[in-house]
Amino acid sequence: MELLTNLALGFSVALSPFTLFLAVAGCFLGTIIGALPGLGPSNGVAILIPLAFSLGLDATSSLVLMTAVYYGAMYGGRISSILLNIPGDEPALMTTLDGYPMAKAGRAGDALVLSGFASFFGALFATIGLMLLAPILSRIAYQFGPAEYFALYLLAFSTLGGIASNNQAKAALASCIGLGIAMIGLDNQTGMPRLTGGNLHLMDGIDFLVAIVGLFAVAEVFIFIESHGRGSSIGVKLDKVTLPVRELVRGIGTMFRCSIIGFIAGVLPGAGASLGSFLAYVSEKKWRGGERSGFGTGEPQGVIAPEAGNNSAAGGALVPMLTLGVPGSGTTAVLLALLMTLNITPGPTLFTDRPEVVWGLIASLLIANFVLLAMNVPLVKIFVKILTVPPWILLPGVMMVSFVGIFSLTGSYFDLLLMIVFGIIGWLFRKLDIPTVPIILGILLGKHMEDALRRAMILSDGDWTYLFSSGISIGLWAFAVLGFIAPFFVRHLIRKPQAITD
Amino acid sequence: MKSDRLFGVVVILGALAYAAGALQIQTSFMSDPVGSKTFPLILAGVAALCGLVMIVRPDAEPDWPGLATFGNLAISVAVMVAYAYTIKPLGFMIPTAICAAILSYQISPRALPATLTGVGLSIGLFLVFKYALGLGLQPFPKGWF
Repeated sequence: MELLTNLALGFSVALSPFTLFLAVAGCFLGTIIGALPGLGPSNGVAILIPLAFSLGLDATSSLVLMTAVYYGAMYGGRISSILLNIPGDEPALMTTLDGYPMAKAGRAGDALVLSGFASFFGALFATIGLMLLAPILSRIAYQFGPAEYFALYLLAFSTLGGIASNNQAKAALASCIGLGIAMIGLDNQTGMPRLTGGNLHLMDGIDFLVAIVGLFAVAEVFIFIESHGRGSSIGVKLDKVTLPVRELVRGIGTMFRCSIIGFIAGVLPGAGASLGSFLAYVSEKKWRGGERSGFGTGEPQGVIAPEAGNNSAAGGALVPMLTLGVPGSGTTAVLLALLMTLNITPGPTLFTDRPEVVWGLIASLLIANFVLLAMNVPLVKIFVKILTVPPWILLPGVMMVSFVGIFSLTGSYFDLLLMIVFGIIGWLFRKLDIPTVPIILGILLGKHMEDALRRAMILSDGDWTYLFSSGISIGLWAFAVLGFIAPFFVRHLIRKPQAITD
Repeated sequence: MKSDRLFGVVVILGALAYAAGALQIQTSFMSDPVGSKTFPLILAGVAALCGLVMIVRPDAEPDWPGLATFGNLAISVAVMVAYAYTIKPLGFMIPTAICAAILSYQISPRALPATLTGVGLSIGLFLVFKYALGLGLQPFPKGWF
């Protein structure tokens, strides 16, 4: 019953003409961003945050706009994956495995329609899951003290560094770099500057938006300069779009199974959408009989599985982000940055203090799903046209938008230079196969993580065993250790499929 | 192999420098059991350990681009830095057109499309920023018009 009143409140916010307009505009913009080769949800949302902020919208409106962009980009990402074999971000990689072979075999339209429905199913499933699970989790979250929060942050970093990465040392290093950057600036407890090197610009710390735009958007520009935009303009033609009813019906089971897997992966803090789409693909392949299933050769179910998993994980990742303030993926980390910019503190109190924000968001997501289904199945041909934008126009554009966004936010040269430095770091780390998402997460959560540790120690008067004093924290520590070391044992059992080349 | 090892060494040196910086942090009379140095020192320790692992167990060598591409990247960085310094004194339009054109040329070296991209992006983005988003951008240096 409470759920219905909450939903009614949400819809009363979401159905106002202006919010509705923002949701539709966000979906449209998001689908375009997702479809643009080389732009995915994380960098798309990242370059838009400073601009959305400068629009002067209130918290609910900006949140609705940006999450609509986020969902839209998740949908749109499959268009460039399928037609160009270019995933917009890591989770979309699994869609290329069967989507691109299908497109080459002349079934691009079928692949797009099927994946559109799979995205819809996954996202709807996850939104309903979010609706049911988030209030429960927010109630549990009230029992979290500083010791539990410290363990929870640790869990997020260790799952991100463990099951979601290729090399634990590199992922852990990236987390340390992010956390280390977060330490720069004034110390919350003593008010003394730390690690600023006497530079006045660093007294306030490093703005996470500068780091996000640098690592995601500017680094992408360098990647394209390095490759000279090669391999991005060749693509497959899309002829006519029909509804492959039989395969859609056959895929309902797949969608259901993969949505569940994706949602669970999304809810795990730190694991996120890459793990969701990967697990969904691999388990569906096993379910359909391993190598005999034809997965990897253009099997329609192989397009449905990762898309349902991916979009479901995207919604699932919102659960820990909203209830605990711990994002489950790169893009939700970017959304957390948005919340922090808007001065909304995620956590259990968000559900009681600002119910109109949470439920307005959930209602908007439900609406956005239907809008996106309409945009991505009957109207998909419009978005396919966007793929023809050549990289030598697109990437300079991305660069200029990033500069203006950061400049309008802070108005300082120093931040622009810092953004370029982060761009170079992002490029270098991409070459060395060091993940950059943990850096973002570290910068976002560093201060909170340290505060949790210090507050726990104040409570216990310096007794370190306090960190393991409750059932919840012991459980979180156990999962953190397990999540970090598990890959040593399962890596040879589950191999990540590699991207296909022509 | 070599890149990872080299980077591992850089990481360890960086971690040492960070730890040294953390030890210099001034503490005030108000302090808590953990203090402001402990967490940064833990981070430096973990990072150094990661650097060590990278030296001992390096991944395969990434394929680095050739010298010419490094040249392109260096030019792009230089252009971006110049852009960061000129956007305020020279207004939005001129630096944007030049910077976008040069970046476009670095991706696809054809002069005419690159120039058109620069001019087009400069005008188009200015209109979007100024009138659709309402940002207070200066189109040209002050005192021109």
